[in-house]
Amino acid sequence: MKIGIPKEIYADERRVAATPPSVHKLIGLGYQVTVESGAGEAAHYHDSAYEAVGATIAADTGSLWSEADFVLKVRAPMDNPALGAHEADLIREGGFLVSYIWPGQNSELLSKLAARKITTFAIDSLPRISRAQKMDALSAMANIAGYRAVVEAASHFGRFFTGQMTAAGKVPPAKVMVIGAGVAGLAAVGAANSLGAIVRAFDTRLEVKEQIESMGAEFLQLDFGDEEGSGTGGYAKQMSDEFIKAEMALFAEQAKEVDIIITTALIPGRPAPKLITADMVKSMKPGSVIVDLASERGGNCELTEPGKIVEKHDVTLIGYTDLPSRMAKVASDLYATNLFHLLSELTPEKNGQPQVNMDDDVIRGLTVVLDQDVTWPPPQPQTPVSPKAAPGTEEPSAEQKAAARKKSDRRSLISKGVLLIVTVAALYGIGAHAPDSFLRHFTVFVLACFIGYQVVWNVTPSLHTPLMSVTNAISGIIVIGAILHLAQAENIAVGIMAFVAVLIASINVGGGFRVTHRMLKMFRR
Amino acid sequence: MSSGLVSVAYVVASVLFILSLGGLSHQESSRRGNLYGVAGILIALVATVASVSDSGLVAIVIAVLVGGSIGIVIANKVEMTQMPQLVALLHSFVGLAAVLVGFSGYIEPLIQTTGAEHTIKLVEVFLGVFIGAVTFTGSLIACGKLDGRIDSKALTLPGRHLMNLAALLASVLLGAWFLGTDSMALGVIALVLMTLIAAALGAHLIMAIGGADMPVVVSMLNSYSGWAAASIGFMLGNDLLIVTGALVGSSGAILSYIMCKAMNRSFISVILGGFGQTSSSSAAAGSDQTALETNIDEVCEELRNADSVIIVPGYGMAVAQAQNGVSEITKLLKARGTTVRFGIHPVAGRLPGHMNVLLAEANVSYDIVLEMDEINADFPQTDVVLVIGANDTVNPAAAEDPGSPIAGMPVLEVWKARQVVILKRGMATGYAGVENPLFFKDNSRMLFGDAKDSIDKLVGALRG
Repeated sequence: MKIGIPKEIYADERRVAATPPSVHKLIGLGYQVTVESGAGEAAHYHDSAYEAVGATIAADTGSLWSEADFVLKVRAPMDNPALGAHEADLIREGGFLVSYIWPGQNSELLSKLAARKITTFAIDSLPRISRAQKMDALSAMANIAGYRAVVEAASHFGRFFTGQMTAAGKVPPAKVMVIGAGVAGLAAVGAANSLGAIVRAFDTRLEVKEQIESMGAEFLQLDFGDEEGSGTGGYAKQMSDEFIKAEMALFAEQAKEVDIIITTALIPGRPAPKLITADMVKSMKPGSVIVDLASERGGNCELTEPGKIVEKHDVTLIGYTDLPSRMAKVASDLYATNLFHLLSELTPEKNGQPQVNMDDDVIRGLTVVLDQDVTWPPPQPQTPVSPKAAPGTEEPSAEQKAAARKKSDRRSLISKGVLLIVTVAALYGIGAHAPDSFLRHFTVFVLACFIGYQVVWNVTPSLHTPLMSVTNAISGIIVIGAILHLAQAENIAVGIMAFVAVLIASINVGGGFRVTHRMLKMFRR
Repeated sequence: MSSGLVSVAYVVASVLFILSLGGLSHQESSRRGNLYGVAGILIALVATVASVSDSGLVAIVIAVLVGGSIGIVIANKVEMTQMPQLVALLHSFVGLAAVLVGFSGYIEPLIQTTGAEHTIKLVEVFLGVFIGAVTFTGSLIACGKLDGRIDSKALTLPGRHLMNLAALLASVLLGAWFLGTDSMALGVIALVLMTLIAAALGAHLIMAIGGADMPVVVSMLNSYSGWAAASIGFMLGNDLLIVTGALVGSSGAILSYIMCKAMNRSFISVILGGFGQTSSSSAAAGSDQTALETNIDEVCEELRNADSVIIVPGYGMAVAQAQNGVSEITKLLKARGTTVRFGIHPVAGRLPGHMNVLLAEANVSYDIVLEMDEINADFPQTDVVLVIGANDTVNPAAAEDPGSPIAGMPVLEVWKARQVVILKRGMATGYAGVENPLFFKDNSRMLFGDAKDSIDKLVGALRG
């Protein structure tokens, strides 16, 4: 089957859906790959690089679309003014498509695709479960957006992020507030923190507190009962009015203090919540910067304008909607890898023929059009994210534990007592009844055990193998007993037994010492 | 030679043996320690041979020379990866020698004894032969398992504990008979029967113990071979044998203890065997997890960008014979100024200290080969950890999941590093049959394939 990689036609879209390394891997899955000439140009991937890994280059847009069976794109299909046709109509009937689709907002596009029997995978509809992480393009892009938001803020901010003590005076560190600690928010926290800023972050979901702190920011916690903002699939949900009021009060207070605000608050399927009011912007220090990552969905700040940088009340408001595309190279790399992972899931036999397994939760969630049917929305996935303990695995209570410990303490005490009594009895028996000659040897034996104990604990663990082989060699000392018997053997059977014993014990002595020597010679600094 | 001189020679030999073990406390003094051991044995041999009458001298010299040469030839040929087998095989020789000397001692006693002394001597003979026989067959089985000739899985027969108990009981009864009878013929029969039972017991005990418990088994057999020598020493009234046997016996016992501690298991539970067969499935391991794969180029890039690298080898490295490649990687990285160290779990491999020997053979300096306790605190500051053929010893479940069968076992905390690369053949579970959550951590990457193959490719990539 032939995969086609068209050039993106959306304004200012610099990303591309496949990179030379991913093309190489796609060919490994059994596909042929055709790339539209110049598709990767904006991401600094040239046609020659694609050709080098085995892709063919389609000279013009029309031939690419007519050849491809399986189209990999970034942006959802749209009208192509140059060809005078909608991209959805350009795909071969019965073909396949992967791209961003946003099926919730684009039902018209879905029916268009279904009419042409194009099986469509919406990369933005990927179920958020761990198994699907490697295909999670939303997270990959959000990560880039978060980083870039900080870089944009820094380039429009007139001071250092990090505080400095210079000969020319003290420079205070920048204070950054990040609202929404999803993937983008956390990436922003990390980037701002590593530039040296003081970072605070807010999120309605208390569970992210630890993640925020681990990235080096302070978690702004609302003192607000136990209302908690975790929705399905790890996203935030709409909060109550009182909560929002308290939250806004917090932001108003912070706005006066911080230099940079980065907002990333989104609730799935709703316009972005307005969190930063015009009054708050007014109250900020002159020269402050706001980066609104939600501007495409209306913005978290009342004053941001999508896709633009504006200055209002002496505050720079950055409303870029194409932050990942501004880092086209890394964004393409990650997106292409996400798509490769998706295709490798679709092509388990590596024969270049995709199989749509609708029983697989991940594939089911992604597939928004199958043949001629719109299959969106998928059936609600279960939300097993709750970390509740399975029944029967409750932690034992403190008392139970204490009781158990007491019990085992008592048991070990009893067994120690028994051992002591047995030892004393055995020693008494030996002392009272054993003959002198035995006792002499017994004394030697016990003392030797203690010496062995003391000496062996000092052996360094890295020499445990040589220790075993050397003890092996010296336990060959049993050869002496065998020699004594061999020397005095009268019975032929005893003679043979003693001879064999001398022989094998000698093997032990020779082999043990020799191999120890070999090993020890190898140990060097 | 007078008996006084012989005794003095034996005392000197005993002291030399103690010094020999003492020498092993440091790498610097270890070679000297080995020489002390050789000297001790030579002195003891010369003194013994000189003390016996001329009869049989030729046979003795032939047996010693032939045996010694065979041993040296074997020792010269053996690969370092085969050390566990060799050590186990040598244990079996001590066991067999103890059995043979025990029989000789019963049929033709060197010292005539009567009364209580006679009874004690019989007990010593009986015990020496029993321990010797168990050591003999047990070590042979261990050797076969380590060599791969016998399936290293634990053999769990139904009612195996009862069978062992029955064997022990039968031996005790035979012992009573052995002590009670006055007839030499009946005594020999009892002794032979007991030897057979003990041999079966030894074989069965070790059959029931799985591959990764071998470090404990080998150290235990090491200990047994010492006790066998000591009881023969009692039988002969020979202090040198008693001292040596006690030294070896306690050494093996301590090693077994250290190994058990490193697995957080009691000695008894290891000896009873059958671990890992009851595949207790940990509830935490859902199917909703995938391990992320990586490739040579990515790993190479990671290693090049790293400031500090820790390599954690396991039995898989020994199986794949990858130690030379690993050493090469170490050199290449060190040349770039990267800090490279090794983290060794006490039970990594099939013999206590197995990994150290392999790395030493591959010319890795022992200064950078660290024990678990020395290196565990350093993982959070480490950029890349390469896990080569280790599984259970790096399983976070031991530390994090109290329901896991290996909970509480001390492990190398590799997951605290920035990035972990696991070289592994497939996704199979480790010896303990426990799912390893390490593979599914965000900072883990799997590099599938034969370890030697992957390592050699990595060396090539790092050079290029």
